[in-house]
Amino acid sequence: MEATHKRKFSVREIREDFPALRQTIFGKNLIYFDNGATSQKPQFVLDAINQYYSKDNANIHRGVHHLSQKATSEYEASRKYIASYMNAKSSDEIIFTKGTTDGINLVANSYGELLAAGDEILISAMEHHSNIVPWQMLCERKGCVLKVIPINKKGEIIQDEYDRLLSPKTKLVSITHISNTLGTINPIKDMIQKAHAVGAKVLIDGAQSIQHLKIDVRDLDCDFFVFSGHKVFGPTGIGVLYGKEALLDKMPPYQGGGDMILKVTFEKTTYNELPYKFEAGTPHIAGGICLGKALEYLNQFDLEAIKQHEAELADYAQDLLLTFEDMTIIGDSKKKTSVVSFIVDGVHPFDMGTLLDKQGIAVRTGHHCTQPLMDFYKIPGTVRASFAFYNTKAEIDTFIAAVEKSIGMLK
Amino acid sequence: MTLADKQQEIIDDFAIYEDWMEKYEYIIELGKDLPQLEESKKTKDRIIEGCQSQVWLDATYVGGKMHFTADSDAIITKGIIALLIRVLNNENPAEIVKSDLHFIQEIGLHEHLSPTRSNGLASMVKKMKMAALKALSSDEVAQKDEK
Repeated sequence: MEATHKRKFSVREIREDFPALRQTIFGKNLIYFDNGATSQKPQFVLDAINQYYSKDNANIHRGVHHLSQKATSEYEASRKYIASYMNAKSSDEIIFTKGTTDGINLVANSYGELLAAGDEILISAMEHHSNIVPWQMLCERKGCVLKVIPINKKGEIIQDEYDRLLSPKTKLVSITHISNTLGTINPIKDMIQKAHAVGAKVLIDGAQSIQHLKIDVRDLDCDFFVFSGHKVFGPTGIGVLYGKEALLDKMPPYQGGGDMILKVTFEKTTYNELPYKFEAGTPHIAGGICLGKALEYLNQFDLEAIKQHEAELADYAQDLLLTFEDMTIIGDSKKKTSVVSFIVDGVHPFDMGTLLDKQGIAVRTGHHCTQPLMDFYKIPGTVRASFAFYNTKAEIDTFIAAVEKSIGMLK
Repeated sequence: MTLADKQQEIIDDFAIYEDWMEKYEYIIELGKDLPQLEESKKTKDRIIEGCQSQVWLDATYVGGKMHFTADSDAIITKGIIALLIRVLNNENPAEIVKSDLHFIQEIGLHEHLSPTRSNGLASMVKKMKMAALKALSSDEVAQKDEK
């Protein structure tokens, strides 16, 4: 769909699509600034969930009855839609997972089987624990070596260090597209090219990018791209692993069970083809269908308009926050998405988060599952406000007043 | 004053606050007034690492009574610690072990004691009770030895 056919970008109208935004918390209108953790769901997705469970519920694949065929075709249609949304070559490259973490674990366990002792895996210093721990587990299992690309104080990967760490020993580079704590948008296209130049594969953790940026996996040329449905206005418990077909073909199955087999005997089992080889057991059918619906909802809009609105929100919030004394914004990259992480000298993030909550404002506090990053900045945690396209400047004004009140109480 | 009386006193204290921010203002005040644990006592064996805030607890048993001092890096956590100490300090261990800290629920702060809150407080209460239990069993051993 061309940009000219897109729905007009009106925050007021978008807000009407999200029933969860119309509620009061502790007597105050909810201000939801925890979109980095999970997004709210539009009525379009909620209706699809309701439709599935109230009418179309049946187990998919191999059912001869009408409902099973209907559920199967909806599930597979969603897979096709997601493939085309990401510009994958084929829907066989779209594996449904439980979410980003599950996708990374799948790659670490399956692609990891193809690695040998001494092979190197590169991650960056700003990774979420879910893009650290599966690789540490793989390294323990296979004797691979995990190397960490350092970052600078602005919260950017130091590209010279990346170049230095890349070598023919590098078999995989696994980096986040956008840092969940800092909001930094990493130059992944360049990094992917550099990795390919030494023969390494690249996994992109897209948990924080799919809802903000247009993702074109063929243009990026990444080997794997993982994301979660719930951060992109879809259900929890569903996500996607995109992988290049030739690579997925070479990888052994991750989990065994129904759906992932062609033929089972006690002597030998043959595995199903892609994508089913990686989808053992009854999947999250409603999740799979409704993740497609969530992307369909998002695709009504011109992502550039969304990006611009979110960037305005982040700039506006950051400028106002910086008027406070003893305020530090953590993550100061020029290329940032709509995340503002901050700390105030003498104010513990937990205290700030608790007082904001009582004023109806949902933010996240703590280490954001990036403890090594907190160690790098030598802080216990931050307060993180993360915006979505349904947030407004008026909400930020209320938030700033609440931050001011909280600082006054805590200092 | 009994443990139950102390709980009731806190419930009465909180009854005058009309909204959440007033309640928290009082908790923050309590947190600021709580004597800090000496740095030398903030040792590994006294720390309770929460995901959000950290708590240090020191428990001693003297003259048949338990004595607690505690600290936290977060001031609201510290305020709630002050309330817990006010209720449990100077009580005999048997009372502490069987105590039901219902005042937390009644003043609306139970969310802070939920294990999922991860501020270290749920573990702190558990540790306070464990210290009391240990004191009780040391008494039993001493009694046996006397016999």
